[in-house]
Amino acid sequence: MRNAPLPLMLAILAGVFAFLYLPISVLVALSFNDGGLPTAWTGFSTKWYGALFANADIMGAALNTLIVAVISTILATLFGTLLAVGVEIRRRKGRFLETLIFAPMIIPDIVLAIALLSFFSLLGVTMGLHTIILAHVVFNLAFVCSVVRARLKTFDWSIVEASTDLGAPTFTTLRRVIIPVLSPAIIAGALLAFTLSVDEFVIAFFTAGAGRASTTLPMQIYAMIRFGVTPEINALATIVMGISVLALTLSQRLNRGGLPGQ
Amino acid sequence: MRDRRPLFLMTPALAWLTAFMVVPCLLILALAFFRRGLYGGIDYTLTWENIALVFDPLYAGIFLKSAWIAGLSALIAVILGYAAAYAIAAMPRRHQPLLLFFAVLPFWSNYLVRTYAWIVLLNREGLIVHLARLLGFEGELPRMLYTETAVVIGLVYNYLPFVILACYAPLSRLNPEVTEASRDLGASPWTTFRRVVLPMTVPGIATGFTFVFVLSIGNFVTPALLGGGQFQMIGNLVYAQFLTANDWPFGAALSIFLIAIMMGLLTLQTFASEKASGGRNA
Amino acid sequence: MFRTPLTGLALIAALTSAASAEDLVISNWDGYMAPDAIDAFNTDTSNSAELVLHGTNEEIMGKLIASKGAGYDVVFVSSPFAEVLNKLGIAETLDHAKLPNLANLYDAATQLKHDPGNAFSVPYAWGTTGLCYRSDLIDETPDSWWDLLTPSDELKDKITMLATDRWLLAAAQLANGYSVNTTDPIELDKVKNDLISAKRTLLAYDDTTFYAKLVSGEADLVQAWDGWCNYGIAENADIQYVIPEEGSDLWVDTMVILKNSAHKDAAYAFVNWMLDAEHHRWAAENILYKVPNKAAMDGLDPALLAQYPNMAISPEELLGYEQLLDVGEAQRAYSRIVSEIKAAD
Repeated sequence: MRNAPLPLMLAILAGVFAFLYLPISVLVALSFNDGGLPTAWTGFSTKWYGALFANADIMGAALNTLIVAVISTILATLFGTLLAVGVEIRRRKGRFLETLIFAPMIIPDIVLAIALLSFFSLLGVTMGLHTIILAHVVFNLAFVCSVVRARLKTFDWSIVEASTDLGAPTFTTLRRVIIPVLSPAIIAGALLAFTLSVDEFVIAFFTAGAGRASTTLPMQIYAMIRFGVTPEINALATIVMGISVLALTLSQRLNRGGLPGQ
Repeated sequence: MRDRRPLFLMTPALAWLTAFMVVPCLLILALAFFRRGLYGGIDYTLTWENIALVFDPLYAGIFLKSAWIAGLSALIAVILGYAAAYAIAAMPRRHQPLLLFFAVLPFWSNYLVRTYAWIVLLNREGLIVHLARLLGFEGELPRMLYTETAVVIGLVYNYLPFVILACYAPLSRLNPEVTEASRDLGASPWTTFRRVVLPMTVPGIATGFTFVFVLSIGNFVTPALLGGGQFQMIGNLVYAQFLTANDWPFGAALSIFLIAIMMGLLTLQTFASEKASGGRNA
Repeated sequence: MFRTPLTGLALIAALTSAASAEDLVISNWDGYMAPDAIDAFNTDTSNSAELVLHGTNEEIMGKLIASKGAGYDVVFVSSPFAEVLNKLGIAETLDHAKLPNLANLYDAATQLKHDPGNAFSVPYAWGTTGLCYRSDLIDETPDSWWDLLTPSDELKDKITMLATDRWLLAAAQLANGYSVNTTDPIELDKVKNDLISAKRTLLAYDDTTFYAKLVSGEADLVQAWDGWCNYGIAENADIQYVIPEEGSDLWVDTMVILKNSAHKDAAYAFVNWMLDAEHHRWAAENILYKVPNKAAMDGLDPALLAQYPNMAISPEELLGYEQLLDVGEAQRAYSRIVSEIKAAD
């Protein structure tokens, strides 16, 4: 592909990157616009950030999001990693098993959301942060599993055999031999899960309970967008993006093997 | 030992998936065959009504419309994404990871925020209109927000980074010697691309297309925010059955068809990938 | 096999219970009461209530039906939805002994068609649905529903209509002189066709930001509830409200206590607190909607009525309009019509 015409390639890249970055840079710029409206630049200001942090609803929602993301990430990382190891140890690859593991990543979120809503409703489970967490673990564990499995493809299983041959119990082998090798991939998977959970809206919207106690940040953002253009959203968007950039950069550094989601 | 260990490792995850994905989805499957109670709720009488209603010209039409919008979005995303991935793969190797990183970066900002950004840009008193006026444009620009086009733009924008990623993977693995060989044999660059490069990168294209299509067809947020409520996609219809019409059984029936479409596409995609890799091995 | 998820469930429930409040949960529309009303109620009655917001009637109804009302104590919904809550057995049958301030309501407001005698709902605000427009940008003053449905060319793409099915249909029902609760298939068919042709000149269906679109200039004419038009008037004095000559509906937003409420005494205390003349007047001043509370309305500042003329519409005039009622099984036909309108090009 070295023979590809360079100017054309550069033009394509410039176009696509402009398309990708124009909208979000507008939001970032607006978050520092004193007037807050997209129609006129009235001077640099950080007052919308002040307004954001003074808004108890948003801060409460941010805390809820953090609780959901942390707990679901921990559970998903644990289950997803074990699942990945289990699947890769198995020699025989079952198509049914593969579909089951792949399904949470591609099932339309609205379908999973209403399935869980009906499920919890019929069981009489009171919905709240805990039901959002249960739901988030479902798709998060699948993503963690896929990241860890990608690393396991190049894993040297002979060291596991060596360990078991030396009489180490399964659990010890797992803890002493497999986990250390996998840790960069596990952390990358966890960061991916965390980011997905922080951003997830549809499933949270349907499985949340009554009240602010289970309102997450995306639910709050959706409500704010529905009620019009509020400049605080721009500030919030900028911060959320900043955090995502950080998480992605971190996961990149830890898992040089491949990009999350690949 | 070797056979029992994986089971013990996989149990927690598989149990979780069974309890919170498989069982709820089976429940939806069952719900689709009951009647709606007068005021919402479920009347446990078996019926084919809901399934039949999906084929009612009105709802079948909404399915087709959703498929059209999702397909168009997926097609545009694949064209743009493939071009971008191709261009990235054509850059010097040492720059590629960074370019890829920046291509994926927007994907990790909040979905709602990315959609909201387009409201800011496209509305009649929005940034684009103001820029046009600033540049001396006098007349009235055509309406941009609350149109089908706005929804397609929103969907393409949101899912493009994934397509770039999916297309880049096979392109980066492409052996330069193959294209050189093709050229040496006298093929034009276009023929080389069409006969050699494209077939080898079909799995990436199929993955990207499937992904955008599946996520778009079930989407209800983008049509709600960028479409001005003026048309429904299947996602909106499912949403409305559960939250507005309180017709859970019909909502369930619609969901089952969404799952069926998804499964069908996945099978096709796997088939496309296998065919492509089969071709490569031959 | 199922032990792991259940243990996980228990663990998560334990971990998150700290975050879920034991408060009285009141769900209302955003901005539909004074911002510090809840704080004032908590101080006055030493309760700990929290306010949660819903965007639309449908949103809160979906949640209530899924959870059989669990988790909520008092909800604000429009009267047809209150009727449904009652028919589903989710609404509490009200004990009037705990609501002495019901006496503050206009007599007529205790005998409204959806719930004569306030058996399960208490009216909170009422008003009309009409046209809200930019008088500085429109040449001809609109005075008919047909101005919305078949507008002049200059208004093309500068009109919004309400998204909630009942009010969307009401625009064409009123224009044609039909009942806003009609279930006649021929009438509904005409309504559907009128709305489909109106869609061609429409900017968007909008329940929540139409007044902001008027202020920004995105829209020039919108179908609006009178009080929300006032939000626009507050920001731009050129915005005006008119009830079309064919009339309006009478809509009533109500407070409903839920049968499954775990804090019933506090829930009654809240509804009664709100019905207090001072508190309900405070609400009216904040939300710029008429309240069906005689004692509260009598205390309103005349300057407010002058600035927002629709605040002065008398209860007698309001009661001359037909009230939206739950249409029962016909709701499916209504939902289907909305789908057909949206599917049309």
